[in-house]
Amino acid sequence: MIVQALVFYMFAAIAVAGGVMVISARNPVHSVLFLILVFFNAAGLFLLLGAEFLAMVLVVVYVGAVAVLFLFVVMMLDINYLKLREGFLQYLPTGALVGLVLLVELGLVLGSWVFAPEAPAQLAAPTPADLTNTEALGQIVYTQYVYLFQAAGLILLVAMVGTILLTLRARDGVRRQNISRQISRTREESVEIRKVPTRGGI
Amino acid sequence: MDGLLLEYLPILIFIGIAVVVAGAAVAASYIAARQRPDSEKTSAYECGFDAFDDARSKFEVRFYLVAILFIIFDLEVAFLFPWAVSLGEVGMFGFWSMMVFLGVLTIGFIYEWKKGALEWE
Amino acid sequence: MADFVDGYVLPTAIIVAQILAIVLPLLVAVAYLTYAERKVIAAMQMRKGPNVVGPFGLLQPLADGLKLFMKETVVPSGANRAVFVLAPMLTFILSLIAWAVIPFNEGWVLADINVGVLYLFAISSLGVYGIIMAGWASNSKYAFLGAMRSAAQMVSYEVSIGLVMISVLLTAGTLNLSQLVEAQKTVWYVIPHLPMFVIFFISALAETNRAPFDLPEAEAELVSGYNVEYSSMTFALFFLGEYANMILMSGIMTILFLGGWLPPLDIAPFNWIPGIVWFGLKVALLLFGFLWVRATFPRYRYDQLMRLGWKVFLPFSLIWLVLTAGVLMATGWVPTK
Repeated sequence: MIVQALVFYMFAAIAVAGGVMVISARNPVHSVLFLILVFFNAAGLFLLLGAEFLAMVLVVVYVGAVAVLFLFVVMMLDINYLKLREGFLQYLPTGALVGLVLLVELGLVLGSWVFAPEAPAQLAAPTPADLTNTEALGQIVYTQYVYLFQAAGLILLVAMVGTILLTLRARDGVRRQNISRQISRTREESVEIRKVPTRGGI
Repeated sequence: MDGLLLEYLPILIFIGIAVVVAGAAVAASYIAARQRPDSEKTSAYECGFDAFDDARSKFEVRFYLVAILFIIFDLEVAFLFPWAVSLGEVGMFGFWSMMVFLGVLTIGFIYEWKKGALEWE
Repeated sequence: MADFVDGYVLPTAIIVAQILAIVLPLLVAVAYLTYAERKVIAAMQMRKGPNVVGPFGLLQPLADGLKLFMKETVVPSGANRAVFVLAPMLTFILSLIAWAVIPFNEGWVLADINVGVLYLFAISSLGVYGIIMAGWASNSKYAFLGAMRSAAQMVSYEVSIGLVMISVLLTAGTLNLSQLVEAQKTVWYVIPHLPMFVIFFISALAETNRAPFDLPEAEAELVSGYNVEYSSMTFALFFLGEYANMILMSGIMTILFLGGWLPPLDIAPFNWIPGIVWFGLKVALLLFGFLWVRATFPRYRYDQLMRLGWKVFLPFSLIWLVLTAGVLMATGWVPTK
């Protein structure tokens, strides 16, 4: 139990410290790298809660995919670091407001434990007995929450279409490999044998 | 619960040991080998020329497109994992629910294909 | 005090010993994989390969390692020092920690977690970071181009690897690697899932940046790509990580398709041999495949590589997955608890 508590404090402390570094790092690439550190520690916290599947998926999706995109973006855009910092004070009120709203919401969620002592009882156990976490999820996501599941599919579809509409630009003068044409060429249309007279040329 | 965490403890220790091994290897080599940097040695390699400008430049938008498409398909795979292990329990309804999900994404995939988003030149 | 020793120190010491029992043989295996690669390719090209250092050149990997160790660690002046040094370490660390969940024999596994397959998938999806970080931190055009190519390539093949894994999971009905091997007692999954095995093998080549998909390091055009600025131990860590990843991929394929530690036939002469030997033999066979491919095939062109990943492997493995699920549902062979 002590080990568990120690590990919790380690993950939590690194996550908070990493979060601070994300917003205070001078170089945006460093910010993203710290963000990855935060994701990792969040995954560790999920594990401590017994949510193995979520922990792994957090690493697969957020660290393995989303953060890669972030890195692509901050590495490749010509960002003027100094200019970026100029706006810091300007955005501070908006940022503070959003942070405040989130804090209040968190307080409301945690407050329900005090105001309504019966609320925690409604929490589903992360792992029902004799079932692994993944199986427990699998048994409800596709049947009980089928509409939400399909909505997720539709959101992904919208994301896919939106990406293509926003980023894809057709370019002219690009030569592409056309495999079926390449394969269907016959000897007759590609090779020609000519009799070349000596010193005559073609 | 505790049993579950106990299985993960070796991984945590393993990560610690791997970090130590990797750090020690670099540090030991740094100490053991002679370090004599000079400006020619530490300049970026560019076929003998001095580097023209900063190497980090704007990039083909297609790389972003690949990264975003990857996120979408990665999420699809993440949805498939629990389904694969619980197919026996969720039965026909679960099976068809996933088929609809995959069907929707296949529409997106066909759209991509037709638009030429998967072409690379 | 005795409580403390029995409760914490002793178990930790045992775990550390187990980890060392995985890491040390692994590093030796990596060293001799480089030797095997040179010997095998030499034999295929009618050369002799390393044969000077030690009997049959057997000490060559040690000599190479020592040479790299004694070299100067050059950090380019334009580089981002911290990220530059972190990148090879990350590659190396990731290639090691994945081994925590690999079962070498019945019950011989360090961390027998419920989500072993997902853990491996997660670790392999992180492999791209070492390369992106190296390419960006070097501040060199070749390194940067190599890293971008490599990132897009690894990401593209990651998807088909995921889909292939799911096809296998459907048949086994578990995410635990030991149970996955046990489920293959009747038939190795390479037989029903042969096309998936082929796709996984080719995707593994792309994930580990091996020939014919070694575009990130295409020495002819990118002068070895993302690791062009690396020297000494930082280079060695990339190298070790890459080869350890090859062994890891072979290990994953062995577990998913070739029945892990199980003998080919559960009859007299075969089941006398311990499981770890079977595991090693299968891994070695797959590694030979990696080397054979490198000696045989020319490098892919980048547009062909992306086409293969997105337009061939992705739709095909998706269709196979649906097919597998459909057949399982129709025949009632779905594994249930």
